[in-house]
Amino acid sequence: MRAAATEELELIETGGGGVALPPLDGGGDDGRRWPSPEVSRRAFTTGVQLGLAAIVMFFMSLTSAYIVRKGLGTDWQATEMPRVLWLNTLVLLASSATIELARRRNTAKPLTAEAREERFSRWWTATIALGILFLVGQLFAWRQLSAAGLFLRTNPSSSFFYVLTAAHGLHLAGGIFALLYVAFRNWKRSRITQETAADLAALYWHFMDGLWLFLFALLTLGR
Amino acid sequence: MTSRTDRRAKERGSTAAAAMLALIIVVMTVITVYIFVEKIWWFPPTITDEGALFDSQFSRTLWITGVIFIAAQFGLALVIFRSRDRGQRARHFEGHNGMEVLWTTATLILFVGLGIYAEKAWAEVHFIGAEPGALPIEVTGQQFAWNFRYTGPDGVFGRTRPDLVSASTGNAVGVDPTDPAGKDDIISPGTIAVPAGREVDLIIKSLDVTHSFFVRELRLKQDAVPGMTIHLHFTANTPGTYEVACAELCGLGHYKMRATMIVMSEADFEKWIQQQEAANQ
Amino acid sequence: MATHAGAGVHAHTAPTGFLWKYIFSLDHKVIGIQYYFLALFSVFVGMALSLLMRFHLVWPAAKVPFIAGGIMKPEQYLALVTMHGTIMVFMVLTTAPQSGFGNYFLPIEIGAEDMAFPVLNMLSFWTTFVSLVVILAAFFVEGGAPIGGWTSYPPLSAVGDVAGPGQGAGQTLWVIGLAIFCLASLIGALNFITTTVDLRCKGMSLMRMPLTVWAWLVTAILGLLAFGVLLAACGLLLLDRLAGTSFFIPGGLVFTDTVLTSHDGGSPLLWQHLFWFFGHPEVYIAILPGMGVTSHVLSNFSRKPVFGYKAMVGAICAIGFLGFCVWGHHMFVSGMSPYSAFAFSLLTMTIGVPSAIKTFNWLGTLWGGKITFTCAMLFALGFVSLFVTGGLSGLFLAQPTLDLYFHDTFFVVAHFHFVMGVAAIFGIFAGTYFWFPKMFGRMLNEGIGKVHFWLTFVGVYCIFMPMHFLGMVGRPRRYADLTGVNFLAPLHNVEFFISIAAFITIGAQFIFLYNFIHSLGWGKKAEENPWRATTLEWTIPSPPPFDNFAGRHVQVYRGPYEFSVPGAPQDFIPQDEAPVEVHGVHNEGKT
Repeated sequence: MRAAATEELELIETGGGGVALPPLDGGGDDGRRWPSPEVSRRAFTTGVQLGLAAIVMFFMSLTSAYIVRKGLGTDWQATEMPRVLWLNTLVLLASSATIELARRRNTAKPLTAEAREERFSRWWTATIALGILFLVGQLFAWRQLSAAGLFLRTNPSSSFFYVLTAAHGLHLAGGIFALLYVAFRNWKRSRITQETAADLAALYWHFMDGLWLFLFALLTLGR
Repeated sequence: MTSRTDRRAKERGSTAAAAMLALIIVVMTVITVYIFVEKIWWFPPTITDEGALFDSQFSRTLWITGVIFIAAQFGLALVIFRSRDRGQRARHFEGHNGMEVLWTTATLILFVGLGIYAEKAWAEVHFIGAEPGALPIEVTGQQFAWNFRYTGPDGVFGRTRPDLVSASTGNAVGVDPTDPAGKDDIISPGTIAVPAGREVDLIIKSLDVTHSFFVRELRLKQDAVPGMTIHLHFTANTPGTYEVACAELCGLGHYKMRATMIVMSEADFEKWIQQQEAANQ
Repeated sequence: MATHAGAGVHAHTAPTGFLWKYIFSLDHKVIGIQYYFLALFSVFVGMALSLLMRFHLVWPAAKVPFIAGGIMKPEQYLALVTMHGTIMVFMVLTTAPQSGFGNYFLPIEIGAEDMAFPVLNMLSFWTTFVSLVVILAAFFVEGGAPIGGWTSYPPLSAVGDVAGPGQGAGQTLWVIGLAIFCLASLIGALNFITTTVDLRCKGMSLMRMPLTVWAWLVTAILGLLAFGVLLAACGLLLLDRLAGTSFFIPGGLVFTDTVLTSHDGGSPLLWQHLFWFFGHPEVYIAILPGMGVTSHVLSNFSRKPVFGYKAMVGAICAIGFLGFCVWGHHMFVSGMSPYSAFAFSLLTMTIGVPSAIKTFNWLGTLWGGKITFTCAMLFALGFVSLFVTGGLSGLFLAQPTLDLYFHDTFFVVAHFHFVMGVAAIFGIFAGTYFWFPKMFGRMLNEGIGKVHFWLTFVGVYCIFMPMHFLGMVGRPRRYADLTGVNFLAPLHNVEFFISIAAFITIGAQFIFLYNFIHSLGWGKKAEENPWRATTLEWTIPSPPPFDNFAGRHVQVYRGPYEFSVPGAPQDFIPQDEAPVEVHGVHNEGKT
């Protein structure tokens, strides 16, 4: 009985702010009904984290291909970064800030439910807008590069530039889709709450932001 | 409750199956070991000293894996037969930490030791390059032939350019006519001549896709990768004619991409070189 | 936009309608069966291809059906080689043991109602299905299926038609199909890991999980981390083929006296590194679930606990981890640095250690047992013998000195067929004979199954043991014809023997197919626990209801292999059986 009580406490702790480690001695779905909200939240969080791990491996492959290719011989022609990329980086960083503002639950003044919803709505839309702006900016960067005569097939350096930015852009577009999904899906009929979904979308979003910083550093400093 | 006749029938059944399985495993092991011991199908004799290192490492590995193979397969057969259902109760034990530690340590030492011991032969071939006086021979693979180039009297290879490659006019590797060093280069399509007892430095290239230069008697193989120049050295001791086969899938003619390696005495080799020079004029 | 919590719990109701019950089912059991049938179809396709290959090798001048014009051309042979390898590795060995059995039994064995993400599960199956269609479509386009082998090395696979027939649209479809397969596998892996980590029932601690579950977990981790790398490689190869990039294509290539000017600066070795970084974990993905099933079945039919459960778990994890460190052993002669070759060699020798531990522990499980020779048990025992044989040939290949001779010979073909093409297949057969009653509610005919076993066990040794000797004589791989090189002439008898053995063994698989189909319709009805087994799938009806435990409160009190426990009333104790007071002594469930 005592063991069961401690497990119940652990499950309760799982909800709300952080996500506790799953208990090593089982304690999940007890088979009685479809996963409880606490278990669902934990499961979805694990799922997103694993997805990020897979994405890391994908980008690490491209990164190591980039590094290896650079080191092969003397024909590497560095690609000058279009200046708009700096602006795009700021836009993405700003979007990480706005998504945090949307998620924030503890404010100085306690808010009514409607006020909370309105604040969430406002900052969430801002994030989506900034995300779209980033992608537009990336397309602009591509145009600048092609105007300078650097296309996908021009040389290895330009190839990697397009491939890395396109791969990141595709994943970010997926993130924008996720943000829209969080905003418009009927969460009453889901296993998780909209709060949880927003938290997970934010985790993905910050990761995309961090990934961009890494790729930008790689392309700029490592060129 | 099963009747006595039922139980007996079950025992007979399991004895039959156990005996058959154990027998098949034992027979398979015996036949396999026999073929290895009697060398019914075996490597061709090696013609280099490094090849002898290969052969001894192979024997060493064969002995070790052979003992493990016999022990494991016979052990399996024995256990299968002894533990068949004869109406006994199964014994209940969940493990034995001492044994786990023992066989883990033993296999670790054995396997890694074998690997470290193998380093010597590998180092001889790959960690050290050819000696300065070695005979350089350029080996170029293409779909689906091997071409071999010698430096000629000046000891220097002429420049090559891909756009000058022309099989029809005999310029199989694209030697640049404007380079004086290339004028005395000898190109031998499909045949590589090697003086016995002298070290040879192969310079391996490819024109199109990845091929692999393989001579069994040398116990050597090296991929020919386009865009790379890879060296491989050896000293052949025994005169004779040996086959070169391609050992990396390179297209529809992969199976017939062969060449001939002729190891000959120093004197015969000089004659051969002169004949090639005369033919190339 | 609603933000209130606790709104998410909804009932898990049974699906209605043909489409939702059988086609786009979200039920992990149906999806598992779908994967299994995809693998079953694929294995017969793969065997047909190898049948044609073996036929051509010994009768090269004979007319072959299905081939226009009759006599097989070299590029057609190479297309068979490529597609045989691709279909077997991806559509059989990566699907049936993991996505097939794993999908069906992982949730049940941990006491869950379904996978963590049922919709993703359904999507991952149908994505796999699409990838199979795309890959098979390569046979039907102009130029035919690709000829680059399942390893698809550039430049051969990257420069297109100029490198020969079969390198046109067929190769492109192959790459696209593979990329789609990567996506499906990544989603599947994510599902498996989340389910195992988060959905275990009360009492199902990690060290009480059956070894099948451990194997599926580690395999999924390997898949999650490896398939992203293959996806990246396929993307780059596709760009080289279609967009004029040169990731893998160096400059100055000459085909039929014409210089290829459209590419420059790439590295063929880069593909090999990327491919094999994925490729080596992939082969452990192929074998680990079979190891899990073998442990499970050996224990059950010896009526003994698995010997050294903790060591077995450690070995599975060690194999998984080390599997990421050894990819260079496929590249010893590639032109890679010889120093890194030596490092890879030592790591490869090390990975033999956990494999040896597992073999010792299997023998320890059998020792002192009470073995009944059901078909499942026969195949599990066969697995041990075959794995020993295949693993030992690996010790030769792991040494670069020896690999200088054996690379790309039939010695390698023997090695990987023993471990993948037979041992892993035996793991699938063992799982089939063991779990068929639970999945379909009927028993497979044991008598017919035994005929299948004996023919197959003897047959595979006859096919693949001689290949070691071919390799020692120096017979290279992927040769469409054996008349091009003189030293192969004395081997004709051996090739003939192998081909005949292959025909017979492939024929024996139709016995299995007959048994499978016949038993589906007319097999003896199966009870809940025909094998007197201990794990949770044997505590529910055969076949199980849609929500597995019919709403029952599942709790696990003991480890997964409690057989022949002294003092117990039966020679097995199910995992969910609560501890009992016996003779006044409180009998704790063992962990």
